[in-house]
Amino acid sequence: MATVHVEIVSPEQVLYSGEAEIVVCRTPEGEVAFLPGHVPFLGMLGVAQVWAREPDGTDVYAAVHRGFVEVSNDRVSILSDVAELPDQIDLVRAETARDAAEEALRDTPDDPELKAALARAELRIQVARGPART
Amino acid sequence: MAGGQERILKRRIASVNATKKITRAMELIAGSRIVKAQARVHAAVPYSEQITEVVRDLAAAGGTVESPLLQPRAEIKRVAHVVLTADRGLCGGYNSAVIRAAEGSMKENAEQGRDYALVVVGRKAEGYFRYRNFRIHSTFTGFSDQPSYDDARRVARAVEAPFLAGEFDLVELIYTRFVSAGTQEVVVRPLMPLDRELVLGGDGLPDRVDGGGPSATYEFEPSPESILTQLLPRYAEARLYAALLNAAASEHAARQRAMKAATDNAEDLIVRLTRVMNRARQDAITTEIMEIVGGAEALRQGHDRGDADVFTLDESRYGHHAHRPDQPAAPGRR
Repeated sequence: MATVHVEIVSPEQVLYSGEAEIVVCRTPEGEVAFLPGHVPFLGMLGVAQVWAREPDGTDVYAAVHRGFVEVSNDRVSILSDVAELPDQIDLVRAETARDAAEEALRDTPDDPELKAALARAELRIQVARGPART
Repeated sequence: MAGGQERILKRRIASVNATKKITRAMELIAGSRIVKAQARVHAAVPYSEQITEVVRDLAAAGGTVESPLLQPRAEIKRVAHVVLTADRGLCGGYNSAVIRAAEGSMKENAEQGRDYALVVVGRKAEGYFRYRNFRIHSTFTGFSDQPSYDDARRVARAVEAPFLAGEFDLVELIYTRFVSAGTQEVVVRPLMPLDRELVLGGDGLPDRVDGGGPSATYEFEPSPESILTQLLPRYAEARLYAALLNAAASEHAARQRAMKAATDNAEDLIVRLTRVMNRARQDAITTEIMEIVGGAEALRQGHDRGDADVFTLDESRYGHHAHRPDQPAAPGRR
């Protein structure tokens, strides 16, 4: 089966590079799946997980905190300031961060920074716990 | 006195040796850090390469996409200089070369009646410019040898806001580009407005020679404009990050070279001082022998004059030297 080449790149390193049958990301307008032969695409990513299925059926998940996705010629490049693979995530720390953010949000429910922090922590927890919903 | 000279030299050699140990250690540390810093420069290439590609595709496909970050100003009233130096010295001409380039550029702009603003990174540039009473817009210190992306972002934010507010009309980046372990060069590069030409080829990446252009029209999600407004600041950050990494690698290379020279000098000095010390010791020994011989001789002559009956008993021991009545010695002569 045809594949697309996926690269998840953060400023400091190339996080992941490999072939995949399908790649799913989330843009502000909704989830997008990329299959081989997709038209050139340029999109913004929110705080969400990226999912890719390798040809042997292995699923790769990554937590992407904002960034961009570019698709052209069967290459999917995901550029992100902060991107993490499940084994790079400190689950305990993420849970602590989530609890702290929730706690603080009770006092100031409209703080955008805290909301973002909560979203990041929840994403980390979701990705670190492994395959959930896609 | 004779032994004093030797003792002074010995102390001096010990001190040079201690300094040599320090410079050698610094040389080795810098050497190992170069490799790491170089790896970080390379690791950052894919991101800046791809973000460059995205900006290019967007500019090509979006056609009329405009952003204040891309717009050159008609009149340039104030130029911001972002000067990247080290936090520490002991790295040869590294810091002064960057500072000299910055001053040169400031002078040039001053001749055209442009005002300046200084954004300094690294304690060395801060000290230099503060001492000379330059107006410093903002300073960043503490990460020159191991910059992180967050540091790059902080610096980028500090220049982006005033640029967009019209406080700066041009932002210039002055840093040392790491070409190879043997070659680094100080470069002055415009950072803002982002030049469409400069979007091609950047630090550590080859100039692209694909004439193909964008292969097809892109789908955008959301609109090209909103992507661009998010993308361009990141692009500026990536360029600044690449510059910081280049500067860090150059700093380590410069420090290693400076410390190697210092270690070699110390070795030379030790060899030379050791020679001088040995000669001094030899001189001292010779002088001592001369003194002993001279002393013995003086005693013997004193006895020859016959005014020391204390020595009478020794006469038999000094058989052939002994006084013979038939050959009266001439006092004061031999």
